[in-house]
Amino acid sequence: MKCRGLVSLLLLCAALGWVLVYSLWSIAFNPVGGSLPEQVSKAMADSGVDHPITAVLLNFRSYDTLLEIGVLVIAAIAGISMARLPSLEDPAFRTHDALLDALQRWFVPLMWLVAGYLVWAGAHQPGGAFQAGAVLAATGVLMRLGGMPMGFLQPGYLLRAGLILGFAVFLLVALVTAVVGDAFLAYPAGTAKYLILLIELFLTLSIAMVLLSLFVAAPVNDAPESQEGHQ
Amino acid sequence: MTPDLFYAFTGLVLFITGLFGIIALQHLLRKLLAFNLMGSGTFLMLVGLAQHRNGTDPVVQALVLTGIVVAIAATALALVLIRRYYHLAGRVSLERDATDEGRP
Repeated sequence: MKCRGLVSLLLLCAALGWVLVYSLWSIAFNPVGGSLPEQVSKAMADSGVDHPITAVLLNFRSYDTLLEIGVLVIAAIAGISMARLPSLEDPAFRTHDALLDALQRWFVPLMWLVAGYLVWAGAHQPGGAFQAGAVLAATGVLMRLGGMPMGFLQPGYLLRAGLILGFAVFLLVALVTAVVGDAFLAYPAGTAKYLILLIELFLTLSIAMVLLSLFVAAPVNDAPESQEGHQ
Repeated sequence: MTPDLFYAFTGLVLFITGLFGIIALQHLLRKLLAFNLMGSGTFLMLVGLAQHRNGTDPVVQALVLTGIVVAIAATALALVLIRRYYHLAGRVSLERDATDEGRP
């Protein structure tokens, strides 16, 4: 019975696969009017940055990015509320390894430097808030594994502020441009460069906080978990 | 067949593999991996098709970049949920069946 189900599932997947192959093929070789890269390169002069992907992310389609950081914040809040730990930063989880400690003293500042460079580079070459946030979060993971104290991960205003900062600043810019300027998230001429840099800086911090707190939120010790399960 | 179109078709194969996995596999972690495979396949298809049509397309690349970040956050959240489920229910799959305990 189980074998038959598996075979029919395989057949179903194969059929769907062929439908997708056919549609992919027909999309690839049927001409359509209009080219998005052309439109982007035409509008690049107004975007305030030199790199097309950053321009799309934080200017032309900044609405997507705003919603994205919103999704990230919600995921982090849900993750933290799942973690039944008294504190996300528990000294009991720290390890003490002389080699890791020495390595970290070199690595952590360098990784901060790389993250800072990535934010700045995003304006004219591949880089930007998300890459920098990922590097920053990786630094946090390394610090946590190496046993560096990270007081800001304790539940409190600092953690909340860190999580929400990027979204809040982004939303604030959006609302101000809506009230003072033309439309929601339509940057006034000439200010785009600075607004994008401001948003990217705070986005980097928040993305790093979100990823790090999701990493930390995975419950580590079993003891309080099983007790709670029996209640 | 350009390399870009090859990417798109590779993405299609990944998507179908993931779809098969998410239905056929029992273990929740494997389901999650299969789900991620589907997502990666979709990203490959999007980027590959767009590049095949009109070269490097910043709109699609930005879209996929957004998608990757959301996928990472969703995966992390799913892992937290799966761990919590494991702690509370003591099981690694949604249905209780005979093969459950035997799986690594």
